[in-house]
Amino acid sequence: MYDVIIIGGGVTGCAAAAELAKYRLSVCLVEKESDVCEGTSKANSAIVHAGFDAEPGTLKAKLNVRGNAMMAELSQKLDFAFRNNGAMVLCFEDSQLSDLEKLKEKGEKNGVPDLTIISGDKARALEPKLSAEVKYALLAPTSGIVCPFEMTLAFAENAYANGVEFRLSTEVTGIEKSADGWCVKTDKGEILGSYVFNCAGVYADKIAEMAGIRDFSITPRKGEYMLMDKDAGGTVSRTIFQLPTKMGKGVLVTPTVHGNLLVGPTAENIDDKENTATTSQGLAEVRSKSALSVDGLPFNKVITSFTGLRAVGDTHDFIIGEAADGFFNAAGIESPGLTSAPAIAEMLRELLSKKTDLVPKDGHIDTRKGVVHFAALSREEQNALIAREPAYGNIVCRCETVTEGEILDAISRPLGATTLDGVKRRTRAGMGRCQAGFCSPKTILLLKEKLGCGIGDIRKNGREEVKDDA
Amino acid sequence: MREFDLVIVGGGPAGMAAAVSAKEHGLENIVILERDSELGGILNQCIHNGFGLHTFKEELTGPEYAERYAVKVREMGIPVETDTMVLDISADRVVTILNRGRGVEEIKAKSVILAMGCRERPRGALNIPGYRPQGVYTAGTAQKLVNCEGYVPGKEVVILGSGDIGLIMARRMSLEGAHVAAVAELMPYSSGLKRNIVQCLDDYGIPLLLSHTVVDIKGKEKLEGVVIAQVDEKNAPIAGTEQFYPCDTLLLSCGLIPENELSKNCGVEIDPRTNGPVVDEGLETSIDGVFACGNVLHVHDLVDFVSEEAARAGESAAAFVKRGCTADDTAAIKVIPQNGVRYTVPAQIHTADLLGDVHIRFRVTGVFKNCEIVIKAGETELLRRKSRILVPSEMLDIIIKKDRLAGVSEDITAAIEEV
Repeated sequence: MYDVIIIGGGVTGCAAAAELAKYRLSVCLVEKESDVCEGTSKANSAIVHAGFDAEPGTLKAKLNVRGNAMMAELSQKLDFAFRNNGAMVLCFEDSQLSDLEKLKEKGEKNGVPDLTIISGDKARALEPKLSAEVKYALLAPTSGIVCPFEMTLAFAENAYANGVEFRLSTEVTGIEKSADGWCVKTDKGEILGSYVFNCAGVYADKIAEMAGIRDFSITPRKGEYMLMDKDAGGTVSRTIFQLPTKMGKGVLVTPTVHGNLLVGPTAENIDDKENTATTSQGLAEVRSKSALSVDGLPFNKVITSFTGLRAVGDTHDFIIGEAADGFFNAAGIESPGLTSAPAIAEMLRELLSKKTDLVPKDGHIDTRKGVVHFAALSREEQNALIAREPAYGNIVCRCETVTEGEILDAISRPLGATTLDGVKRRTRAGMGRCQAGFCSPKTILLLKEKLGCGIGDIRKNGREEVKDDA
Repeated sequence: MREFDLVIVGGGPAGMAAAVSAKEHGLENIVILERDSELGGILNQCIHNGFGLHTFKEELTGPEYAERYAVKVREMGIPVETDTMVLDISADRVVTILNRGRGVEEIKAKSVILAMGCRERPRGALNIPGYRPQGVYTAGTAQKLVNCEGYVPGKEVVILGSGDIGLIMARRMSLEGAHVAAVAELMPYSSGLKRNIVQCLDDYGIPLLLSHTVVDIKGKEKLEGVVIAQVDEKNAPIAGTEQFYPCDTLLLSCGLIPENELSKNCGVEIDPRTNGPVVDEGLETSIDGVFACGNVLHVHDLVDFVSEEAARAGESAAAFVKRGCTADDTAAIKVIPQNGVRYTVPAQIHTADLLGDVHIRFRVTGVFKNCEIVIKAGETELLRRKSRILVPSEMLDIIIKKDRLAGVSEDITAAIEEV
């Protein structure tokens, strides 16, 4: 019997786990995939939004601004990549100035600091590649960019270090009220808990439904992206938005924390919660819309394309609260969900504290150290590391300069990688311009050796296969 | 800081041939840096035969061809540092290297030969829509898994792109018991060698679908199949021609990209047509004392051409060191690709002090039948050669005698004339 069962190992669930792990609670996180960060959290714009988009008074507004303010310190303590690069929202017609002003007012009401509107010329002085068609821009210096994988893993690993139990490759199949809490049924057996946190992303409505809660639905909103080579990473230094529409923040152009350039997303509501396929129309739309903002985008430098699904709730706000006795939803966590994750976790903890006394845990560890990034170290640090562990003297991924030492660490550490994508998200091996063509055979061999299985058992991602003994 | 007359980056066929030649031309203090644990580069995974017909007048496998040069390197006593990755090359030729034993180290080179080879164009760069499941490999990655690790990634295979590695892998996968349903090629002609189409596809009854491409990839976690469609003259898929091919493996053989990240960081000027360094007739890049050869310079189809080219780079590097590491300040004329010629290597020639005959290598922009290759200096014809057929998949090598070029001051043009 756990105190809390968290359903979903995305950024929301992992942030909640890390937050609850500060208290004397037994917590279990259940995730259907074989790794955390396998859904919406791994395929999004990776933006730490300033918070001017959301309607004042909404949870989105409040939690976004709070999450934004928390990010710098969190990224230090939990060791994930974050950069406060600032953002601009562009308009292309003089007549849209009023919309930009409304956005600024909204932002100010939400408590976003230092918003200013600047002329197109001034915007181009700051970002020389901006289109000549840009008439005005809203400048938001508190906007940032983050590594969503590292951020989710950081929360997960910190939670794990503080005693949260992770049940991966475990799919929830039913939820029943029990005498003193809830019984969560899974494909690997039943789990009992006093409280349940539903952090199930695009499946949050299905999970809620299992608990008898049918007052919201989640529509996956497909967003297609293109990621460009680091050669193109300097095209812009800030995150460049266009005036938002009711389907979201539009197509953006942004550097990533690792120096690539990301353009996207499209916004298409779909039914299939698993449909992460890109389409030729979607990618064409990304190309044409992003080209409105920035001149000369080097589309010949695209190294990969991907689709993410935003979990859009039908209330147009985050759905956070106690929906049944001891059953809490954190649903409809679409943008700005990544930014808001630590604030959502705080809110969930607040809600829980009204049900049960939360006693701080002695010996809680509030820091976490990620996989060393060899390439980012000084020469002296590199040599000290190699002297201690020679595997850091062997480059496995040449594009991103990732060493064998990093990959071995990614596999062996708690909640370690068991798939190629798991290694990639923890180390960046395979995330560069050759897209794992060079390193994947080597990474497969390292996984095979560490996990003690055959080459054929090494998966790219997804769920563990149940071996058919017959 | 350790110092060398010549540092060779890469111990594949280019690096080895460059080292042997540099030594033959009098350089003593040479080192080959190789990131793998043995010499040979990509040849080590090319276990099929067909290598060395020009160089050794016999058909060797890739590892055999590599071994011929590795033996020479050993016998000549040329030092090789394996398991060593080059992290950086500065414009003043300080090379930063990494290996387990020595850690990160800077070494000083009087001359550098870039011989890093090339990489395959990945799925992402092709913008193929669809899911991103397990089962999509570049042909070379699959070749490594099959030939070096003994692991055959699938049973039902579709290949996109008819580059040579894709064709070779069509045969390899068939020999390993897989069924290759088709090779789809976007262009109306193959980018692979004719002999490979005959020996690897025709002999195994594997259809080559020209002007076809993959328009969708199905299967969320594991590949379930691909949709192939015919394309029009603008390479756009034609609606209604889509056909589903169930498969668990999609191999991509859609082009090779010279691997010039080190070169770019060093400040070497890159030709956007070849994605390789701009070089002169001695294969010297825009940075003094830095030379390039093999697939890092431009993608070759025959290793024999790589070895020959690399030998010239080794000779040039030796000459550079012997003349005191001073730049060649003599005037250079340009070599300009014209009608039907996509690029030329070299891009310029110092006609005042040629080491020997000049090779002009290039590829054509399309298929040309009954045509002539015409090389001119200004209006003066230096060479005119008839050809029955020229195809983009075959690199052309035109040799202009040293005395024809000595003192020529007008730019050279290379063009294809249809007769």
